[in-house]
Amino acid sequence: MNFSADLALAIPELILAAGALLLLVVGAFAPKQTMAVGVAAIVVLLAAVVAAATGPLGRGFAGGLIADQASVFAKVAIYLGSAVAIPLGQRWFKARAIDNFEYPVLILLAALGMGVMASAGDLISLYMGVELHSLALYVLAAMRRDDAKASEAGLKYFVLGALSSGLLLYGASLIYGFAGSTVFSEIATATRGGADVPVLFGLVFLLCGLAFKVSAAPFHMWTPDVYEGAPTPVVAFFAAAPKLAAMMLFARVLTEAFPGALYQWRQVLVVLVLASVGVGAFAGLAQRNLKRLWAYSSIANIGYALLGLASGTTAGLQSMLVFMVLYMVDVTGFFACLCALQRKGKSMESMDDMAGLIKEQPGIALAMTAFSLSALGLPPFSGFWAKFYVFKAAVNGGLGVAAVIALVGSVVAAFYYLRLIKVMWFDTSVGATDKAPRDAKSLALALALFSFPVVLIALTWLDPLAADAAHAFGLS
Amino acid sequence: MTGILSLITFAPILGVAGILALRMLRGPDDARAANAARWIALVTTLATFALSVLMVLQFNAADAGFQFVEDMPWFAGLHYRMGVDGISVLFVLLTAFLMPICVAASWYSIEKRVPEYMIAFLLLETLVTGVFCALDIVLFYAFFEFGLVPMFLIIGIWGGQRRVYAAFKFFLYTLLGSVLMLAAILAMIGISGTSSIPELMVYKFDPALQTWLWLAFFASFAVKMPMWPVHTWLPDAHVEAPTAGSVILAGILLKMGGYGFMRFSLPMFPQASEMFAPLVFAMSVIAVVYTSLVAFRQTDIKKLIAYSSVAHMGFVTMGIFSGNAAGEQGAIFQMLSHGVISGALFLCVGVVYDRMHTREIAFYGGLVNRMPWYAAVFMLFTMGNVGLPGTSGFVGEILTMTGAYRASTWTAIIAASGVIFSAVYALSLYRRVVFGELTNPKLADITDLDWREVAIFVPLIASTIWLGVYPNSVFNLTETSVDHLVAAYRAAIGA
Repeated sequence: MNFSADLALAIPELILAAGALLLLVVGAFAPKQTMAVGVAAIVVLLAAVVAAATGPLGRGFAGGLIADQASVFAKVAIYLGSAVAIPLGQRWFKARAIDNFEYPVLILLAALGMGVMASAGDLISLYMGVELHSLALYVLAAMRRDDAKASEAGLKYFVLGALSSGLLLYGASLIYGFAGSTVFSEIATATRGGADVPVLFGLVFLLCGLAFKVSAAPFHMWTPDVYEGAPTPVVAFFAAAPKLAAMMLFARVLTEAFPGALYQWRQVLVVLVLASVGVGAFAGLAQRNLKRLWAYSSIANIGYALLGLASGTTAGLQSMLVFMVLYMVDVTGFFACLCALQRKGKSMESMDDMAGLIKEQPGIALAMTAFSLSALGLPPFSGFWAKFYVFKAAVNGGLGVAAVIALVGSVVAAFYYLRLIKVMWFDTSVGATDKAPRDAKSLALALALFSFPVVLIALTWLDPLAADAAHAFGLS
Repeated sequence: MTGILSLITFAPILGVAGILALRMLRGPDDARAANAARWIALVTTLATFALSVLMVLQFNAADAGFQFVEDMPWFAGLHYRMGVDGISVLFVLLTAFLMPICVAASWYSIEKRVPEYMIAFLLLETLVTGVFCALDIVLFYAFFEFGLVPMFLIIGIWGGQRRVYAAFKFFLYTLLGSVLMLAAILAMIGISGTSSIPELMVYKFDPALQTWLWLAFFASFAVKMPMWPVHTWLPDAHVEAPTAGSVILAGILLKMGGYGFMRFSLPMFPQASEMFAPLVFAMSVIAVVYTSLVAFRQTDIKKLIAYSSVAHMGFVTMGIFSGNAAGEQGAIFQMLSHGVISGALFLCVGVVYDRMHTREIAFYGGLVNRMPWYAAVFMLFTMGNVGLPGTSGFVGEILTMTGAYRASTWTAIIAASGVIFSAVYALSLYRRVVFGELTNPKLADITDLDWREVAIFVPLIASTIWLGVYPNSVFNLTETSVDHLVAAYRAAIGA
């Protein structure tokens, strides 16, 4: 392949990189034009969506960059998820007198990193993507410099993120040392008959590093603190798109580089699944802060997504992709609800704040009910269909016992979702809420309508798209 | 007539839309909007009932297969597939029959958040009807599970003192059973490659696998039914639910368990059903005897009737797993009859509860002196509950026992003792509440039934007696499908 063909594969990334740098310059010279920068960032993201969806497919940069149906599927979802976060966050920060142009630029850079993650074809681009998006996220988490909790969240995120990057890098270097290449396809050749001990050692380190990024237990400790401390719209962003990107990396590494070691990595994943579902379900029971609660919920949900991956089939990959996209909608919607809620100028974040919300804010309360039921996995909400795919793949991929344990875990988790519904619907109101900002509220309602009933129609086209994407991984 | 099932199922949603629009325009606390919500709900449920009657009249009783079938491909190999056969058709009718009664029964007793209440009921009607009509196993599951939400809200918002506890218990108990069923459903789809219920009914699953699948489905339906020992959520849910909620719970929601056994367990896992039949028989007779005794000791009228429901459902499970025509016919009949009678009994409790706001048996006594009409109505349904010949309760019990006798003599004999026990608790309840001197001064001014209550009870009385003296009106519709089910079952187990 010649260089221009290589570049053609990277057009979405190039658009994002050029856009981010350009807007950085614009912002530096016109710091007051934050809204314009935000709009421009959204335009850049949408252009990247179009470029990704219509661009050529293939492998470039000596195998370092893969553009296939899977990466296109993930990129479209990631870029759209990032685009949604920009208006949500800008309004929220503006209302708190933090009006800076860095926010949209950082989102662009994070999206760029996530795009690279979705397309990574060797260990180098894997690491570059992970670091680029992580660094942007650390800064975003600490965006409210004067807020002690946000600074703490940013620092924690950074330190633990650096640790996980270290693990990841160590694992990558081991793999390189013993397999003799950084390119996934060549590693696959080296490990055709199963990974021998040193490579396996490296693989486990790599998986641990990735598990940190998706916050799968037992590498989840940073999640509740960071979710609680970071600004709510930032959480809405990094609870959604980066998770999909990291799951894509998981899928990419495991299926492209280690298809021969399927029965080995599968065991690691099952352990992660059971730990995540267990931690998510039981630790969530004790939470009173909704952001912390949703952190545990996300831990459990990542467990389900990994379960789909662990089944090691094309159906499993498809289930993981569908799951993550539907989960992104739900989690963004839930945090959009939290962004929209205020009482006397203070954010409402605890369970008790939500008492009688159905009287104060019927629309948002209904949306939150829908997201809770969806997270609970109740049909016909989108969360059920997400679980439907995952458990179908797991049961038919020979993971029946793990699937049943995970399902029982979802019943335990049902308790805290129900408690939120109970607080909103059964309890008496504790005082009037402020008028909800229009954009956050309409975003929340739109996403809730997607969760049910639009999902019932949307799945008819999401299903074949995800199936195509899953076939691109080339598993049986 | 294609499309009528979707129409019946989703007609209540039109009512929901109407009430929702009104509530958005008028705000939550508008008295006129509340009243309009009541009327919209009543008209919608009556229209749905009319459609259901029309559907039953068009139903061809000689056809054992599914009728009014609708089929539309969906995603991931699933279909939107609806249809009824002789087993499900009458449950659709029962649902549509009880719903207007529930709306009318809540007319004055529900005062707060009326629009939401009516929306919950209409939504529930859609979901329950969907359960009985769905011919795609995942669609069935979706209706089956979503039904928990409106009931959770009905108990939790409009319930009594311990409503939160009861609502959670109801939800989590049922959910735990259901997720196991979900795992089994997914495995079945994976193995057979189809989610169509008619196709799954003829698919032959490996007997070893059947055992697991059967147990998973059993976990769900046994809780729903409810069977001893997983019945403990029911008394709590009943006691805390508002009157109409209890009527729906006892009248329809419990029937989804029995329907599930007949639709899934028996035809899809015949070998496992035969293997586990002794277990079901044992649990059924324990339910009949034990819960009857428990019912006798209750001090709360509603709790007593709730336990009596568990006992009566014991007859149903016994009939279903006897695997012969008498047992199946009896089970269907018993479910329909219990739907009417237990619903009516909860309404009877509601009548005095609305007036006195207590359900303590000891509080009452001598009501016959002030409420002669009420006493007569209550008497009729008590007799129906006991299974007096001439009421619908008798037919179901005698048939299920006949069926069980052929399958397991001892089961039938022990279950027969349950008929005596039911007379003991039901008649003693009636004596303590209605007969005797009027000693409690607070009861001095209690009024008899008003026209609204009479209007509610008339259709229930008529159907109890009609089903009791002319049960063939039911059997004519169910016979072909039941014979087909039994023939397939017996062929599969090689009997």
